Amino acid sequence: MQFLQTTLIRIFYAIVLLVAVLVLNFSLMHLAPGDVADTISQSMGGADQELLDRIRSDYGLDQPFLVQLGRYIAGVLQFDLGFSFFYNQPVTKLIMERLPATLLLVVTAQLLALFLGVFLGVISARKPNGLTSHFVTFMALFGYAAPVFWTGILLLIGFSLHLHWFPVAGMRDVTISGGFWVHFVDVLRHLILPMITLASIFLALYSRLARATMMEVLGSDYVRTAKSKGLSQRQVVYKHALKNSLSPVITLAGLQFSAVISGAVLVETVFSWPGLGTLAFQSIIARDTPTILGILFFSALVVIVGNLLTDIALRLVDPRLRGRS
Amino acid sequence: MSKMESEQEFEKARSPFAEAWGMFRRNHTAVGALGVLLLILLGAIFGPFLYGVDPFEMVWAPFSPPGEEGFMLGTDYLGRDLLAMIISGARVSLLIGLSAALVSILIGVTVGALAGFYRGWVEEVLMRVTEFFQVLPTLLFSMVLVALFGASLPMITFAIGVVSWTAVARITRSEFLRIRELEYVMAARASGGSNKTLMFTVILPNALPPIIVQSALMVGSAILFEAGLSFLGLTDPNVVSWGQIIGSNRQYILDAGYTVTFPGIAIFVTVLAISLVGDGLNDALNPKLRQR
Repeated sequence: MQFLQTTLIRIFYAIVLLVAVLVLNFSLMHLAPGDVADTISQSMGGADQELLDRIRSDYGLDQPFLVQLGRYIAGVLQFDLGFSFFYNQPVTKLIMERLPATLLLVVTAQLLALFLGVFLGVISARKPNGLTSHFVTFMALFGYAAPVFWTGILLLIGFSLHLHWFPVAGMRDVTISGGFWVHFVDVLRHLILPMITLASIFLALYSRLARATMMEVLGSDYVRTAKSKGLSQRQVVYKHALKNSLSPVITLAGLQFSAVISGAVLVETVFSWPGLGTLAFQSIIARDTPTILGILFFSALVVIVGNLLTDIALRLVDPRLRGRS
Repeated sequence: MSKMESEQEFEKARSPFAEAWGMFRRNHTAVGALGVLLLILLGAIFGPFLYGVDPFEMVWAPFSPPGEEGFMLGTDYLGRDLLAMIISGARVSLLIGLSAALVSILIGVTVGALAGFYRGWVEEVLMRVTEFFQVLPTLLFSMVLVALFGASLPMITFAIGVVSWTAVARITRSEFLRIRELEYVMAARASGGSNKTLMFTVILPNALPPIIVQSALMVGSAILFEAGLSFLGLTDPNVVSWGQIIGSNRQYILDAGYTVTFPGIAIFVTVLAISLVGDGLNDALNPKLRQR
């Protein structure tokens, strides 16, 4: 009951946050110099004042701010984020085409960083002065200080241009024909470098936290009990201690959604990965305001839903957190 | 050292700065990093006078490899001297890094201090606002700001500052929540200190150590952030910056990998030095944390 109540409160807050993002989005569009009428007249090679006025009244731009805001929010509720005059397509359609690629990159990179990070963290917690532990410390410094787009370009130079192990750009090779598995392997080959690049930022973060919590857990009473029962070191670490050191790492991972999306914009641009980040880059060059704001809204949506799911998952896994609101 | 001597040293009253420096000095990595950082700073200030090549001028054939024809780091795709560009870019990166960090610290400390001091509905509202800025994808939001309102240096600084203050606000708030319950604050309140006095002269100085450490890290993050924006082309076209050199040369990496390698090393070394100094500051200012 408590669980359900807390969850409902969380969902309510998430909706409030979403509406706030919409208001911000709309205000930005309103404040920015130039409006839709200017964009249209520009693409026609100029228009006189009369035509500008007509376009403005057709698009409802002469209405008061609050009326326009209401229409905008009502539109978003019907999955209408406006129209991109640059791509000549509805923004929602553009975003939906690009979303799967971004989700594939972001989810695989996060999973890689999480699993590898926890694994490295556990190994280095068992041997705090071992080779892995030093590697984790080194990676943490590198992952923080190296700009992610630079890491990506260096990997690209090394593994694609010189060694020819991986394709240089894109998500798939259009010349390839074959069954499902042929295409699967093709996408995987394109995915590996961008995935590793994006994961490199977060790997360090997770492994450091996993090492710290694991060392703390290994010193606790119930671990000593487990050891004194005669369980092997391996069993103690992986069956008892790991479970309890996971929840801080998952909490941290949940907080990183916004950073992951920011990283994805840069990584996608480096590898020409056909996702939302490349779309954002292209529409910013083209000054395509509806598309940029649509992407901003959509990524905020991904972050909010991601946070919500992390929170629910954490409270399902960890009974100590269940009453927390 | 005999017992007498060590006791004397213990009794000697030292200023907080001297004490912090004494702790900082023990961390050799941090001291080395501070040295590197000072070198970069001096290079940014005096470099353009010592190395008088115009970073915008085409001085030689494009893609001249490092070390040839007297250009230590070679030339870029327009035949500009890469070394001159990196020196000139240091100014922009450091300037934006410092001022954007300052903006975010000002916002963050104000929000955190008000929330932690007044509690109640003020705290509730401010923390919701903080939460709101945490769900906005930072890079995308500043891309939008710069794209809509123009890529001038002040706008870029603001766009970075306005998305990165949330961590400072959270730290400041929790410090204020902790300190406001301590006895010396109650004593100050009982002796008639106004809210303003309590906030700025009683609580804030005692809340500073973790804020200072976070601020050092913020400068590093702001430099990375600026590099990311200018890599994407969102930068003032009248200045050179490290990220922009990488962004504009990245089509030619097959022929001239060094044009992206060197500016990247500049960013990497600067941010690494800042983060190591931040670690040192953490040890120096929060000795209790280190003992854990």
